[in-house]
Amino acid sequence: MNKVVIYNFLSFFVLVAVQVVLLKNLNFYNLNIPYLYILFIILLPFKTPKWLLFLLSFFIGLSIDIFSNTLGLHAAACTIIAFLRILYIGVTVQSERRENETTPNLSTMKFRWFFFYSLLLTFTHHFFLYLFEVFDITMAFNLFGKALLTSIFTLFLIFVSELLFYKKIR
Amino acid sequence: MNNLWRFINKYSALFLFIIFFTLSISLIIRNNNFQRVSTLNTSNEWVGKFYTQVNNITKYIALDAVNKQLVAENVQLRNRLKSSFFDDNVVVNTVDDTLNRIQYQYVSAEVINKSVNARNNYITINRGSKHGIKKGMGVICPKGVVGIVWNVSPDFASIQSLLHEDSKITSSVENTPYFGPLIWDGENPQIATLADIPNQINLKKGTRISTSGLSVTFPKGISVGKVIKAGVKGGGSFLDISVQLSTDFYALQYVYIIKNIFAVEQQNLENLNKKSINE
Repeated sequence: MNKVVIYNFLSFFVLVAVQVVLLKNLNFYNLNIPYLYILFIILLPFKTPKWLLFLLSFFIGLSIDIFSNTLGLHAAACTIIAFLRILYIGVTVQSERRENETTPNLSTMKFRWFFFYSLLLTFTHHFFLYLFEVFDITMAFNLFGKALLTSIFTLFLIFVSELLFYKKIR
Repeated sequence: MNNLWRFINKYSALFLFIIFFTLSISLIIRNNNFQRVSTLNTSNEWVGKFYTQVNNITKYIALDAVNKQLVAENVQLRNRLKSSFFDDNVVVNTVDDTLNRIQYQYVSAEVINKSVNARNNYITINRGSKHGIKKGMGVICPKGVVGIVWNVSPDFASIQSLLHEDSKITSSVENTPYFGPLIWDGENPQIATLADIPNQINLKKGTRISTSGLSVTFPKGISVGKVIKAGVKGGGSFLDISVQLSTDFYALQYVYIIKNIFAVEQQNLENLNKKSINE
């Protein structure tokens, strides 16, 4: 239990640091930058209490906001995907499985399940992030393609870091 | 009471979602509408210090380009020195110059954080109220206009970049009296639109656009960009001009903040005009 807490505590800081120092400067062909930090929300253990899940998602979003002058923007998008995570896991994973497995990652879950799970969360996060940024509902259709392209980029980074760092841990 | 508690417990995810979502949306709206001087942004001391450390490491990468830029500017400035003109004056008079009073002073600063890709972009610099920086001062770089000072802390200041929804820098077409606001549409960080130019003038591709000097923020004639396309939108009487910005926001490393010494005097006078009309 204690190990899990320390591990997630560290990954919070590492992911925020990577996002605000490194990924902030990345951009290809005028695409938006990838937001790898949502990996933290994706990989939180199954047993995380709901209030803690929302609190952590809100705070990781807020920390990114403080570093990028967009107060509340990332926090709102992160809160939405925290809610979506609860719904998606509630529908697709049996409750006994939720008791046994520790965390939803590539080594414990099937590849297809994890792919759709991370795709759904990433795309929703990006889409709502851009929507709150322009704050104009008529732009929603235009943002769809932009969000999809950037999600592919983020997903690629999520899978690379999954294969590099998380496979060994278990 | 027991039933109520059970109800809340059953739908706890939904209730928690509503609480946190409302909180973040209220943060967005409060921050957007009133542009409050909030401490939770990059002009905050802690965040500013953090980015200074990061910048100390990363600035070496851009050193080559910055050097070239500084050399080019030095050459330009040296050409204006008195010693570089041929002096054919035989009698030397020392004149106490009472005609030329300094209006603009420049403070140099280093960019420690910036964004280019967002809809509204900001730049953080390592100069603040200790160095006399105030909200609303203009910011330029050797190549052209950068933006306007937004929030100030003792050691840092954040700049509302030209690449921002609310930035409307009054610019004019060079060698004509016409001027209009420069607006960024949020798509390409190298291209902005100059509006409100009457369509009777013939614009050529490559015509220079510079600051108009009509506001207290920027002196006249600072480069903004070049015309790449001009056209009339929907039968109106004004041209919409696409401008290739001369500032490269990706490569921005050093900037100058412009202090206008006469700004307060000019603004007071202009406010006085408004009052006398109302009475």
